[in-house]
Amino acid sequence: MSEIESITIIGGRGKDGEPEPVERIDLQMGNVASIVGPTGSGKTTFINDIEMFADCDTPSMRRVLINGERPPREFRNDPSKNPIALITQHTTFLSDLPVGEFLEAHATVRAASGKHPDDMIERTIEFANELTGEPVGLDVRMTELSGGQTRALLIADATVICDTPIVLLDEVENAGIDRTRCLELLRRQRKVFIFVTHDPRIALLSDFRIVIAEGRVMKILGTNEAERELATKVSRLDDVLSRLRDKLRVGQALSGNELEGTLA
Amino acid sequence: MKIAICSGPPTTGKTSVLRHAIRKLIDKGERCAFLKIDVQFAEEDEQLAAEFGIPTRKVYSGELCPDHCSVMVLGDAIQWADENDCSILLVETAGLCLRCAPYVDGGLGICVLEATSGMNLPLKVGPMLSLADVTVVTKGDLVSQAEREVFRARIQDVAPMTQIREANALYGIGIDPLVEAILETPDAHDDLLLRGSPPVGTCTICVGKREVGWQAHFGVVRALDNQNFYRGQ
Repeated sequence: MSEIESITIIGGRGKDGEPEPVERIDLQMGNVASIVGPTGSGKTTFINDIEMFADCDTPSMRRVLINGERPPREFRNDPSKNPIALITQHTTFLSDLPVGEFLEAHATVRAASGKHPDDMIERTIEFANELTGEPVGLDVRMTELSGGQTRALLIADATVICDTPIVLLDEVENAGIDRTRCLELLRRQRKVFIFVTHDPRIALLSDFRIVIAEGRVMKILGTNEAERELATKVSRLDDVLSRLRDKLRVGQALSGNELEGTLA
Repeated sequence: MKIAICSGPPTTGKTSVLRHAIRKLIDKGERCAFLKIDVQFAEEDEQLAAEFGIPTRKVYSGELCPDHCSVMVLGDAIQWADENDCSILLVETAGLCLRCAPYVDGGLGICVLEATSGMNLPLKVGPMLSLADVTVVTKGDLVSQAEREVFRARIQDVAPMTQIREANALYGIGIDPLVEAILETPDAHDDLLLRGSPPVGTCTICVGKREVGWQAHFGVVRALDNQNFYRGQ
C-alpha cells in the first residue's frame, strides 16, 4: 500500500445492539483527536478496534479502512508493516531485560531498510528523557522503571522505533510525564494521534473530540474558537497545578497564596 | 474427517480459543467432536458438551506423558468421532515436557501461547511451537505493543513457517483465521504419523527409578560437568 493518508472508522453497534449515531469518522494525517466518555463507555474498545483493523469481526461490528480501503492482511501479520502503534494503559513491562537490549530487540523487529537500530535506540532514549524528569538509562532493567519512565519510554518507542503514521494513546495522563512537552513534540510529527483521555488539557488541544457513550460513538465535536481560547487558560491552570504537585512531591511546604493571580 | 490438535502451556487459553472456534464451525454447518487429554484433571469436555451438545471425551494420561498418551489414543479417537458422524475432531492436549509435539502429518497443529509469558518463551517451548501450523497468541491486550511485537518476532524466529494469529480468547476476537485454517485442512488419511520425533523416553528415571545422582542410573546419563554419555553394558 502506498503512503498512508487517512484512516476511516465505519460505525457498528453499541453494547445494546443499537447502531452507532456516527456512521463514519475520517481522520487525515496531522489530525489529533480525543476520545471522551465516562469510564466503561467503550473508549478503550474503540481504539482496540482501530488497532486490530476491525472488519465486522469484533463485538462492535466496526470496520476500519486505510486510505478508504480495507487494509491489506500484512498490516496485521507483519509488525514491521503495521502502520499503527498503540500505547496501552498497561505501564508495567513483563520483560526484565535492560532497556538497551529491549529497545534493540524491538528496533530490529521494526527496522525499515536504511534505518540503523543503534541510532534509533539513542533517539528513543533522548525522546523519553525529554518527557520524564527521571532520566532513563540503557542499563536499567525494564521492570525497575517507574510508571512515568515506562510511559515516557513507551511513547518514545512508539514515535521513534515504531514511527507509525497512526498512534493511539490510552489515557496518557496517568503517568508522571510532561504532557505539555509531550503534546508539543508529538504535534511536530505528521501523524494521526488519537488520545483516549479524561484530561481537559489534552481534549481541548485536539482538533476534535469523539464522544462515546454505551459503546457507541454519539457525536463528533470540533474544537471551536472559544474552546481554543479557553485551552490556553486551561493549560495555564494545569501548569499551576503541576507546579504545586512538583513542590509537594519534593517535600516543600506551600504558602497560602500559591494560587494568587493565576486564576484570573 | 479433519483433525486439529491443539497444544500449549497451561492457562494460555487453549480451551477458550477452541470454544470460539467450535461455535463458528458449528455456525458453518460442521459437526465437531472434542477430545481433551490432560494429566490428572480436566473439565473442558463437560463444559463444551453442555454448551454445544457435541460429542466430547477426556483421557487422563496419569503417569504417561500427555503427548505420548495422545499418540496412543488418537487412532481410537478418530474412530469414535467417525462413529458419531463428525466432520472435525479437535484434540486439546497439555503439552508439558516441551520435548515433543502432539501434531500429526495430515492434521492441523495449533499452538496457543500467551503474550504475558515473557519474551523468551518462544525460545523455550521447542517442537510444540516449531512444528505448529498455526500459533495463536492470546492475552496480547495485557502487554505493551513493543513487547508483543518482540514476542511475535521470536515466534517467527523459532517457527518461520507457522502462521501467527493474535486473538482475544475472552471475546473471540481474531478467531476467524484459525477457523479458516481448520476448514482448509484436508481430511486425514488412514496412516497418520507423528510429525516430530519423540525424545528418548525409556530412561531409568522415566521407568520409575527415583534415586538422585547419575551413579544410580543406567543407559544414557549425564553428570553436571559432562554432556550425555552411556553407562551400562
